[in-house]
Amino acid sequence: MSTVILLLFTGLGLGALYFLVAAGLSLIYGLMGVLNFAHGAFLTLGAFTGWEIARRSGSDNWAIFLLSLLIGAAAGAAFAAFTEFVLIRRLYQRHIEQVLVTLGLSLAAVALFDGIWGTDPVYIQGPAWFKDTTDILGAKVPNDRFVCIVAAAMVLLALVFFLKKTRYGMIIRAGVENRSMVTALGIDVRKAFTLVFTIGGAAAGLGGVLASHYFGYVSPMLGGSLLIFAFIVTVIGGLGSLTGAAIAAVAVAILQQLANFYLGGTGDFVVVLALALVLLFRPSGLLGRTA
Amino acid sequence: MNTAAEHHAAMTAPVLRVEGLSARIAGQQVVEDVSFSVPPTGITALLGRNGVGKTSTIKAIVGLIDRTGVMELAGQRIDKEATFKIIRRGVGYVPEDREVFSKLTVAENLRLAERDADPRRQLVEELFPDLLARAGQMAGTLSGGQQQMVSLARALLNTNKLLLVDEPTKGLAPKIVGEVAETLAEAAKTVPILLVEQNLQVVRQLAGDAVVLSGGRVVHTGPALEFLDDAGLIQRHLGVSTDTAPHGDTIQKGAAQ
Repeated sequence: MSTVILLLFTGLGLGALYFLVAAGLSLIYGLMGVLNFAHGAFLTLGAFTGWEIARRSGSDNWAIFLLSLLIGAAAGAAFAAFTEFVLIRRLYQRHIEQVLVTLGLSLAAVALFDGIWGTDPVYIQGPAWFKDTTDILGAKVPNDRFVCIVAAAMVLLALVFFLKKTRYGMIIRAGVENRSMVTALGIDVRKAFTLVFTIGGAAAGLGGVLASHYFGYVSPMLGGSLLIFAFIVTVIGGLGSLTGAAIAAVAVAILQQLANFYLGGTGDFVVVLALALVLLFRPSGLLGRTA
Repeated sequence: MNTAAEHHAAMTAPVLRVEGLSARIAGQQVVEDVSFSVPPTGITALLGRNGVGKTSTIKAIVGLIDRTGVMELAGQRIDKEATFKIIRRGVGYVPEDREVFSKLTVAENLRLAERDADPRRQLVEELFPDLLARAGQMAGTLSGGQQQMVSLARALLNTNKLLLVDEPTKGLAPKIVGEVAETLAEAAKTVPILLVEQNLQVVRQLAGDAVVLSGGRVVHTGPALEFLDDAGLIQRHLGVSTDTAPHGDTIQKGAAQ
């Protein structure tokens, strides 16, 4: 029983990271039709920025951790806004070029991170409480899992509030459904594009800092490795659906953990199998448009 | 003297002038060298068989599809402008098939359309009281007629120089068709309308002028009644026999599509 509990919480923590990446991916694709392969680079930059904050301050207390979250999110947001404004804006409706540019940017970003921080992983220390465990029904759950879960839940709530209660949120929801009709109401949808990229980048940057604590290190490949599963989560959840992304992130991560433990390390295979089944039997994903 | 002359010119000058408009969709020519004007008052009907390029013409005017040619709205060039800028200049667009945002509530659909600092909410509430009662309902769950009311309301919320209304009665029950026609007649008292409409009875009831397209080109312009009363013109350009067409039938019979 305690093993299952541990696997569930570890899965929830990993699912939180998947969600933080997938939320931006899903909204970006839903609104703009852009498959953003550079999204992992936003996460990696956030993670390295957070690590730099911790390293330069020479401290690993809660205040520094919270500051690193803020700065990491800001770095991810700035990188994403730059990407949309400088590279993507000229390529709307040109999907092949978008893929080439975002893929190229992701490779260039990894090379840049290699150049700045080296190819080896750098290890990170968080507040001492992170290293402790909490006993839940006999399972000793590492505390950093709870931080990831709470942070992702807060991001989900903030995004839902933003989408439901603000005018820009309304524009984004309408744009996901029918972008050209939004412009035909006199709305400059490009501002919403930049905003969605920025929000997605902030969530990814935040996810980067959390991922560095979850895994205990940062490397230039960190974003890429999470991006693959975030894409799977986005498709399973339904392109353009935030709630779908949240449900799928948790489902995928828990499935992955259970399969890794009970089926001899086949977690990744089982997740890909789940993706294939969803595409076969429910191509629109759990809550979204046709993939 | 000059001021009076300028005022007269402004009152009689077309609100929309289209000159040599051509448009393509996915490489296919859908509108070719179309020229016409919309007078500053009343309703101008844009007629033609199915697939002749009426909807494409409307979309090209607001920049929703790639186009070339000269277009002026109240004397200002709009042919190089993005859609949202053209709309902000004072164009209300009611698309074919309504295109309401199905996952937004009625109230959200309307709020999204508010451009002016002082939108005409009271007018919309008077014209469409049913929408007020359904403000919290998802627009996707409304009937076709109710969705058309939302679509019209979005355009009427703002003060416009021109309304572009594309097949507002398509697929609606006869009773609703009457209500839509009444709404358009009411709206036309304050704003000129370019109306794409298949129902010739509605055209007869509402339109002062008609522009007729065939093969992506303008083949006839003039007073709407003059066109509707000419059996030969209707047969030639709309492919409808006159024993049924002018009083209620649609022009889909014998259509090219």
